[in-house]
Amino acid sequence: MAQTVEPATPRGAEEPVKAPVAEPAPRRRTFPTPYLLIAPALILLAIVLLWPIVQMVWYSLTSFTTRNLLPNQPGPAWNGFAHYRTLLTDPEFWAILRNTVVVCVLMVGSTMVLGTLVGLLLHRLPKWFSAFVALGMMLAWATPALSASLVFRWLFLPERGLVNVVLDRLPDWLVGGGWLNYNWFLEPLSLFFILITVIVWQSFPFVAVSVLAGLKSIPHELYEAARMDGAGAWKAFWNVTFPMLRPLFALLLVLQIIWDLRVFTQLYILANSFQNKDVYLLSYYIYQQGFSASPANYGMGSAIAVVMTVMILAVTAYYLRIMIRQGETR
Amino acid sequence: MTATDNTTRPAPDRPATGGAGAGATGRSGRVRRRSPARRLRSVPLYLAGVAVFLFSVFPVYWMVITAFKPVGEIFTRDQTVLPKAPTTEHFDRVLNGQLIPGVNFWQFLGNSLFVTVSAVAMGAFLSLLAAVAVARFRFRLRTTFIILLMVIQMVPMEAMIISIFINFRHLSDISGVELLGNLSGLLVVYTAVSLPITIMMLRGFVAAVPKELEEAAAIDGAGPWTVFWRILMPLVAPGLVAASIFAFITAWNEFIVALTFLGRSTDHYTLPLTLSYYFGRFGTEWGPIMAASTLLTIPVMLFFLFVQRRMVSGLTMGAVKG
Repeated sequence: MAQTVEPATPRGAEEPVKAPVAEPAPRRRTFPTPYLLIAPALILLAIVLLWPIVQMVWYSLTSFTTRNLLPNQPGPAWNGFAHYRTLLTDPEFWAILRNTVVVCVLMVGSTMVLGTLVGLLLHRLPKWFSAFVALGMMLAWATPALSASLVFRWLFLPERGLVNVVLDRLPDWLVGGGWLNYNWFLEPLSLFFILITVIVWQSFPFVAVSVLAGLKSIPHELYEAARMDGAGAWKAFWNVTFPMLRPLFALLLVLQIIWDLRVFTQLYILANSFQNKDVYLLSYYIYQQGFSASPANYGMGSAIAVVMTVMILAVTAYYLRIMIRQGETR
Repeated sequence: MTATDNTTRPAPDRPATGGAGAGATGRSGRVRRRSPARRLRSVPLYLAGVAVFLFSVFPVYWMVITAFKPVGEIFTRDQTVLPKAPTTEHFDRVLNGQLIPGVNFWQFLGNSLFVTVSAVAMGAFLSLLAAVAVARFRFRLRTTFIILLMVIQMVPMEAMIISIFINFRHLSDISGVELLGNLSGLLVVYTAVSLPITIMMLRGFVAAVPKELEEAAAIDGAGPWTVFWRILMPLVAPGLVAASIFAFITAWNEFIVALTFLGRSTDHYTLPLTLSYYFGRFGTEWGPIMAASTLLTIPVMLFFLFVQRRMVSGLTMGAVKG
């Protein structure tokens, strides 16, 4: 995961005498062993994951439909930037793009805040109890996206879902009335609310456990020093914990953004159809264009995919900068 | 100096929790007084812990408990926290009936297990090789390779799904081996997808093995293979386990590629796909849906719980100590 936090301090600090002896021997072998070792992985990646990225850009510039996949049919015709022009002038697309960004920000924000708070909590709790809570969190973490989406659909089901039943039983002055038959899955706002809940539920344990691991690596003296300087818990977090874990936080943030931008399975189950364009997110739109629209429009789907990839690569660039700065690529 | 002080003490472990407790102890000067005050102060922490636990566990609990409720207790407004008359009829129906006409549960389970386990095993093997190369050798393409991994890891399957689908359509045509509509294409994709993260995780573990150990073994006359199996492998094993679990869970839960690749070949459906298909057809049968969801979850859960400690420490090592 994040080979990020440690910049090799322990070894250097412990044995300063040995260091100069060990250093001049970073193995510089010229024979092809390393290339042979990476070759199988590299070839597989190139065929399965790299080539399609190139293809995606190419397809987005063509009028590629199902017809072009049939045998004895001409290949897809060059289409220039027609798809992109259509997209950029289409208010529907802009709405989907905006929803994707907003939903993603909300998911990432909630996950990071909740995860960090729980990580801090686990660090404070005695070991046995923190292990107990972590065990429970593992359940949320381990639940497959599909099972989780189905359970949340069941929990929020009109008429019989537990949430609706409970809200209906609560006094009206508190939560308002008419909850029993409320359908959460029709309107974008309520549907996205459930979507965000599912995602946060599933991803905060990872953040919490990572933060906990990071916290354990912070030397205790730093907190002692902070306390002597009169720092409270809040100040200690921002002046000790956060700077120490900044690389970890940056990494978690980037990972969460990328994982949450791509959300598909949960939406597929919660929306349960492609009828309502108001609840589409980018990944959903791509799939719909490619496999649910008739006829399937691979060209348009690819153009949307390129937009999404560009967004993700922008985030990735930031991630790479962190990594390169920390010497991860060395 | 403070450092040595700290290590000899049993480490109060609670940084920066205000001066109130410290003041009280300072006045009384007895150690015993401290603990009730501390305990009282940690009550909210325990409560928060319980809340986190309940929030995490409840949906899972609700899934399992619904699976054990008779139909009458599901189709009602009076949802109870415990089933009044628990039944295994839904599990029976899922396990012995046919979720999809003509195919039974065990075949779907077999499909899922086959494709997941094979992909993880192949991925782990290829990754270990690559991780050794990256962690132990300096070579020209090394940095390029690492950056490539980082970028590939980030580009989501959801964006590439159309071009991957067409790519495999073409690959099938070229090779004459049908890769869509059966498990072979999935196997290839799952293996490839597991590589970047597994290599990056393992790389940290391989790098953490002191070179001195290997060099000592080499001086004692051990060849590269002996060094690999006897020195490197045992030390990298926890990382391999952690990385493999990661890959297993990803592949086991994978949905969109299975959805596009398998199409209507229900014989080859993996469990998530089966479940989604069933939900699409019988969306109101929450008993069987929850029973099948539970069954889909159990293997991951057991795996998780079984190796939990190892996995957290594995992640910790990879994540924090590099």
